[in-house]
Amino acid sequence: MSTIGFSEDHEWVVAEEDGTALIGITDYAQEQLGELVYIELPAVGDELDKGDAVAVIESVKSASDLIMPVSGEVLEVNEELDADPGKVNEDAMGAGWFMKVKMNDSSELDDLMDEATYMQSLD
Amino acid sequence: MNDSSEELLKTALYDLHVELGAKMVPFAGYAMPVQYPLGIVKEHKHTRQNAGLFDVSHMGQLRVSGANAAAALETLMPVDIIDLGVMKQRYALLTNEQGGIMDDLMVTNAGDHLFLVVNAACKQQDIQHLQQHIGEDCEIEVLADHALLALQGPEAAAVMARLAPESQELVFMTAANLDIDGIACFVTRSGYTGEDGFEISVHNDDADRLARTLMVQPEVEAVGLGARDSLRLEAGLCLYGHDLDQQTTPVESSLLWALTKSRRADGARPGGYPGADIIMRQISEGVTRKRVGLKPEGRMPVREGAVVIDADGKEIGHVSSGSFGPTVEGPVAMGYVAIDYVAVDTRLFALVRDKKVPLSVVKLPFVQQRYYRG
Repeated sequence: MSTIGFSEDHEWVVAEEDGTALIGITDYAQEQLGELVYIELPAVGDELDKGDAVAVIESVKSASDLIMPVSGEVLEVNEELDADPGKVNEDAMGAGWFMKVKMNDSSELDDLMDEATYMQSLD
Repeated sequence: MNDSSEELLKTALYDLHVELGAKMVPFAGYAMPVQYPLGIVKEHKHTRQNAGLFDVSHMGQLRVSGANAAAALETLMPVDIIDLGVMKQRYALLTNEQGGIMDDLMVTNAGDHLFLVVNAACKQQDIQHLQQHIGEDCEIEVLADHALLALQGPEAAAVMARLAPESQELVFMTAANLDIDGIACFVTRSGYTGEDGFEISVHNDDADRLARTLMVQPEVEAVGLGARDSLRLEAGLCLYGHDLDQQTTPVESSLLWALTKSRRADGARPGGYPGADIIMRQISEGVTRKRVGLKPEGRMPVREGAVVIDADGKEIGHVSSGSFGPTVEGPVAMGYVAIDYVAVDTRLFALVRDKKVPLSVVKLPFVQQRYYRG
């Protein structure tokens, strides 16, 4: 069974029981950023620490960072975002995923918010 | 920058912006719409394809009058004002003693006065500068009770023709006093997007009604400052404080075209403005750096402040404006590079997050200007 968690920096993490996790930004985040024009992803094999700025998300107006919500090794990145960063605007929680990682420490998931808490934090 | 909206100035269209759902941001002391719900990319494209309505009331509108107003202004700028025809408009620059640019502005001969539009952030400085140097020769009036709207895009002329038929007689860089749907306006056919369009000066009391009248026209969408910036950058137009500043001369900034012939060394009224010696020497002897267009490869935007290096890794310049051009569908930039690197097609690199992004020197603009010249 998978679990979903949300960070204060508006990332989501869908963690699987095998210790892998899919990471992206929330629908709220994409809406705040506006139409995305470029996304710079980490490389497969990169070891990333929780709290690191690991991806760059650019709109016409500005560049923002994706802050790593859990630490781990990058297994896969969403290469489709290279040609079509707008996928994040269209489907932030689905087709607009950023990367798949092998988590170092699944207890870090406990620091994330559940969906209800995250939604409340936006008010 | 102060981000408490309570302390920010509001334009006459503030309530309309909020009603339209604009995202308001502090800009030069004003609460201004950076974008509307449509979003920067769609607002940008709408302006290129239809017509966009911009609130640019934060800019300074000045009236300079008196028998010697034109001659007085010429003592502060390397531009011909004396021979500027009635209802003709011209791009101008205020220079400092070092030949640097204090501000770039529009000057229109409105018949009984000269009408100036200056940058919001330079407004106080410019007023003080004019008062100090030519305040005794002419009257300088700040039109603080006037709003400024810009209607820009290929459909702008059709919208204006419907509301003010006489607007059809205007060509690029000319002006007229027009009644738009019964509202008295001072209109120039000009703008800051590279498209055909109009800038409309109107009393604050009528601004909201005028904006709403324009907004209900089927071709028109409200467009914020975000798209205004990407539109002007694609059009190769400079933004003061970024591409132009007190330390940069008109020759370095590739604005030689704005220095009217009559004010050059071999002209009828050569020099006689601050920094003239330096600027005229630069015209004859050349400069060490120049503003050029820069086209980054790939999709990654290269932004203001990025260092530009040559193939050997030597720092040779910097990016002064950089963004993603929605019409170009790719990154666009301009910047200053050492004079040996200004030739079109010169291959350079910008440093972005410690990475080398290849870019080429290109001829500006990125998107062909489509002004209406009759």
